[in-house]
Amino acid sequence: MIWSFAGRGFRYWLTNYRRTWRGSIYSSLLSPVLYLGAMGLGLGKLIDAHGTARLGGVGYLAFLAPGLLAAAAMQAGIEESTYPVLGSVKWRRTYYAAAASPLRPSDIFHGHLMFTVMRLAMNSVIFLAVMAAFGAIASPWALAALPAAVLTGLAFAAPIEAWAITVTKDTSFALVFRFGMIPLFLFSGTFFPVSQLPSWIRPLAYVTPLWHGVALCRSLSLGDASLGGALVHVGYLAALAVLSIAVGNRTYRRRLCV
Amino acid sequence: MPGSVTWVLASDVLIHARGLAKRFGSAEAVAGIDFDLHRGEAFGFLGPNGAGKSSTMRMIGCVSPPSGGKLSILGMDPVADGPAIRARLGVVPQEDTLDVELTVRENLLIYGRYFGLPRQMIAERTARLLEFVQLADRADDQVEPLSGGMKRRLTIARSLINEPEILLLDEPTTGLDPQARHAVWDRLYRLKQQGVTLVLTTHYMDEAEQLCDRLAVMDRGRFAAEGSPRELIKRYATPEVLELRFDPAEHEQAAEKIAGLPAERLEVLADRLLLYTGDGDAALLAVRELGLEPLTSLVRRSTLEDVFLRLTGRQLED
Repeated sequence: MIWSFAGRGFRYWLTNYRRTWRGSIYSSLLSPVLYLGAMGLGLGKLIDAHGTARLGGVGYLAFLAPGLLAAAAMQAGIEESTYPVLGSVKWRRTYYAAAASPLRPSDIFHGHLMFTVMRLAMNSVIFLAVMAAFGAIASPWALAALPAAVLTGLAFAAPIEAWAITVTKDTSFALVFRFGMIPLFLFSGTFFPVSQLPSWIRPLAYVTPLWHGVALCRSLSLGDASLGGALVHVGYLAALAVLSIAVGNRTYRRRLCV
Repeated sequence: MPGSVTWVLASDVLIHARGLAKRFGSAEAVAGIDFDLHRGEAFGFLGPNGAGKSSTMRMIGCVSPPSGGKLSILGMDPVADGPAIRARLGVVPQEDTLDVELTVRENLLIYGRYFGLPRQMIAERTARLLEFVQLADRADDQVEPLSGGMKRRLTIARSLINEPEILLLDEPTTGLDPQARHAVWDRLYRLKQQGVTLVLTTHYMDEAEQLCDRLAVMDRGRFAAEGSPRELIKRYATPEVLELRFDPAEHEQAAEKIAGLPAERLEVLADRLLLYTGDGDAALLAVRELGLEPLTSLVRRSTLEDVFLRLTGRQLED
């Protein structure tokens, strides 16, 4: 069996993951259970009592769950593309070991993205299973929310990874979490429709990738996706990922091949 | 034309560099060097930190594109054919790049996979290589708690997983204690005996003397001299050196007086005087006849350290 160069890089992450996969499964199981339990069921009961017209007539749990699916993918994508990258280039220096082998910097980059995609898929499968167990899925189209969530995560992982390789201090990551991830998590339509935001701020929400991911996952899970809308969301997220991979090919080469 | 003399000579040159240069912005790390590395030889770059050794090694390792000049490795272009060249190199970097959270064996497995080797082959070579670097009993231990010397030996084992045609070692024993250093030297010496082509950088003259057939003394990005350790010593130093240490108060005065003696050369260091001469004992007698009594005196053979001092006016290790 001949593995591509990027596949060789991917297998490194796989070998590394063998030590920690159990713990990671527990946490990707626990997080949706806690969120859907507390906010979907607990908070949802209060919200549903006030009427759900503004949520599109669905219960809060069914509204929230696909939003959280996309937000969890964003979070996992960001986590996988920050510390692991800086660790590989600065602390453990394992990227330099790979760079001395036949692997090119872009192979090292793509190998890690492949692993990120795998982790996103695992997380999202678990998340969807928890959603199903909570009765939070309204349509069989929810199956298509799996690749949609993975694409959402990749649309974050690819640009952040392309940037993380240029970073020299991990304090930069705290800024991403505080001023990027958390505001997006709160204001991209995950917990309430973006239409509830003041009108002047709404266009800002529409350009964030998480809003596209949330809208896509939600329309699939609720079964009311339109082809045009889905294509716009997929196109936006895919374009972001592809562009970021092109940028990352350059930033990886600059850092590892100087 | 296989069989003809020119063909044999051409194929014998594994690395060919002419006017090779590396610039970082306006700083010139390597300022135009020429060398040819032949199959089976052990070639060393000797010089202090910042001399351009590591930059040269990184260019040879195809992880740093040259800024100028010509470089050909195994007959290929390092920029265009990086993956194909690296597939035939072994690299021991200056700083360890082992995955310390994995086991010794897993580190070799991962590295073997980077080279696309089948699992079975990796397993066989791992067993053999760990035996060679005396780490067979630690195969399933995590790397983290291993000593610096063990990690270095593991890095050497890892660099051999693809049975490289050229082994690049960037300061292979820097930071190791003397015992660990000798263990590494011993392994490298065996590799050399097995015919592995070695390229190494070092700022330790004893390392260079022990391991290298041929040396380039590097200073400020240039070659100050090139030759075998013996040749270099013969060319740039005298057979013997008389080292004298005086009371700091008398140091300068003594230097002035001794400068008048008929020795080949006198080096005045901050703490010592080095008198280069064919006969150290005779020189010491002459010093005493001047009425000078050094605190300590030592007659020794010249080393690469003396060559370096002569060529650059500076000391190698400080």
